[in-house]
Amino acid sequence: MSEASLVVVRGLRRDFDISRPWLNRLFEGQRRLFLRAVDDVSFEIAKGCTFALVGESGSGKSTVARMVVGLLPPSDGEVTIDGISMQSASDSGSRQKLRRRIQMIFQDPYASLNPRWRVSRVIAEPINTFGLLKGEAVTKKVGELLTLVGLHPDDGDKFPHEFSGGQRQRIAIARALAAHAEFIVCDEPTSALDVSVQAQILNLMRDLQKEFGLTLLFISHNLAVVRHMADRIGVMYLGRVVETGDSRALFARPRHPYTRMLLDAVPDLDMSGRQRTPVAGEIPNPINPPSGCTFHPRCPQANERCRREIPAMIDGVACHAVEEGRAG
Amino acid sequence: MTETSKPAAGKGAVARFLESDIYASFRSSPLAMAAAVIVLAMFVGAVLATLIAPYDPFDPAKVFLSDASLPPRWQDGGDPRFFLGTDDQGRDMFSAILYGLQVSLMVGGLGVALAALIGITLGLVAGYVGGRTDALIMRVADVQLTFPAILIALLIDGVVHSVFKGISRETSAIPVLVVSIGLSFWVQYARTVRSSTFVEKGKDYVSAARLVGLPAPVIMWRHVLPNVLGPVLIILTINLGLAVITEATLSFLGVGLPPTEPSLGTLIAIGNQYLFSGEWWIVAFPGATLAILVLSVNLLGDWLRDALNPKLR
Repeated sequence: MSEASLVVVRGLRRDFDISRPWLNRLFEGQRRLFLRAVDDVSFEIAKGCTFALVGESGSGKSTVARMVVGLLPPSDGEVTIDGISMQSASDSGSRQKLRRRIQMIFQDPYASLNPRWRVSRVIAEPINTFGLLKGEAVTKKVGELLTLVGLHPDDGDKFPHEFSGGQRQRIAIARALAAHAEFIVCDEPTSALDVSVQAQILNLMRDLQKEFGLTLLFISHNLAVVRHMADRIGVMYLGRVVETGDSRALFARPRHPYTRMLLDAVPDLDMSGRQRTPVAGEIPNPINPPSGCTFHPRCPQANERCRREIPAMIDGVACHAVEEGRAG
Repeated sequence: MTETSKPAAGKGAVARFLESDIYASFRSSPLAMAAAVIVLAMFVGAVLATLIAPYDPFDPAKVFLSDASLPPRWQDGGDPRFFLGTDDQGRDMFSAILYGLQVSLMVGGLGVALAALIGITLGLVAGYVGGRTDALIMRVADVQLTFPAILIALLIDGVVHSVFKGISRETSAIPVLVVSIGLSFWVQYARTVRSSTFVEKGKDYVSAARLVGLPAPVIMWRHVLPNVLGPVLIILTINLGLAVITEATLSFLGVGLPPTEPSLGTLIAIGNQYLFSGEWWIVAFPGATLAILVLSVNLLGDWLRDALNPKLR
């Protein structure tokens, strides 16, 4: 799979400085505090495919998304798009060329569109910034994009607040497509929408993916959505990827205890025969993560080794129990 | 900067405005219309003072001491030539108020504009850049806040007079007042803009703009600024009233405009001396003008706040 990969993420790590202000530290004798939101995350996405990152709130999915598009500099590691490293593309020309190929669709469609701008201006911004078209051609292109996402070209004259959540997400999709981006990062694009609208937006995204051969990084905590969209899946827990695999294989035969826990919690008629383990406990505080395998306090198969050692990613899964063949 | 989709694309800007929600909201608010009419009348009166005023109160050749301290026309002893009476030097009160309004509005307007310029710029930078830049700017703002406008005006006045030796009050008064008002009012803008900028910069539309590689100043100008201007507009209008009052206070205390070039404050200061000798009109009319102006400007600001909020439409 490696030669056709458009996006390669290697050893991505991100620490956030959550220390108190300097003066407080000085007087209260506190040390600097860091929160490791993402630790050693690696994956590849083949051209035209969808890779989904799933996990509970606080697992670092969105932080990965923001680092992949370049909104947040990683503390360590590298993101490579089509062989060009985002971190080493330092001169503004090549950086801008790379930016044109990446776009993002955000979670909250009420915050991702400038409320004081008319929709046509919002969609035209990438076109104008990259200088792709001029004058009348921009207006025409914006009309085409609006039609493409199922809106009317005249809607461009309206303000974002005149649209519903689903329609706004369509506008955000139109903006993402405006500069002919090849790689689109979708950070929970449907979690703020009504269930009835979610399917429409997801189907629209799939249709557009087929039409333009888009590569997607799809962030979600909703397994039903992920199953519908993804070719490959990465399961994240407390900043680490614990299991990756083909979507079908992972849903049919989950290996990591955490993945099983997640899948067991999905209300699904097909699984009624299987024994269920409800998702027990909560994600630990990432400021002070558990030793060894961070999942061990919640894991039914944890032993002494799990409390000491961080499991390595072997054949798509990072778990001592799977490694030792203890997992049933 | 190519702005392809300006609202007034097809139709004329005036037609567009007459159809807009803002105009509709304006038409449905009698208070706003009344305030606007008063403010507009005062602005026009001030700008066209030289044309409208029946007398030139600054021309000593046309001012006669024999006309001094005449009461308004409708009172006993009133002179039909002087509708609002005359002051102690025989100047027509109505003309003096028009000229005073001109000076007051100019000083107030320029002072507020300077304050807004400094405050918005520093607030945007502090809020958007954050960190040490933010801390530095906001501590300067805190220190600034401890100096009242009067003290700043006295300081600047003193500095100007020691640097430019022999400069007359006529030439120095207006710049000194504008700079003092600008320097003492900017903190409010900076604080408001900074806190709104903090909120706005965390929103995803700013992320989307960063994603396409727009430089920070462009994002601040195009994306953040329009979204933080709402509260600024309210402060702007209320501050215009305050600035006019500050100017009046300074002139009243003698730091501001000299009696040869009176603002409303100078007129009130002059009239104040005659209040207890029964010549009430010398202080009452400039005072009433000042009060009505400030009230109308504030009412207009209140209405504008509601009208410009797209979520209330």
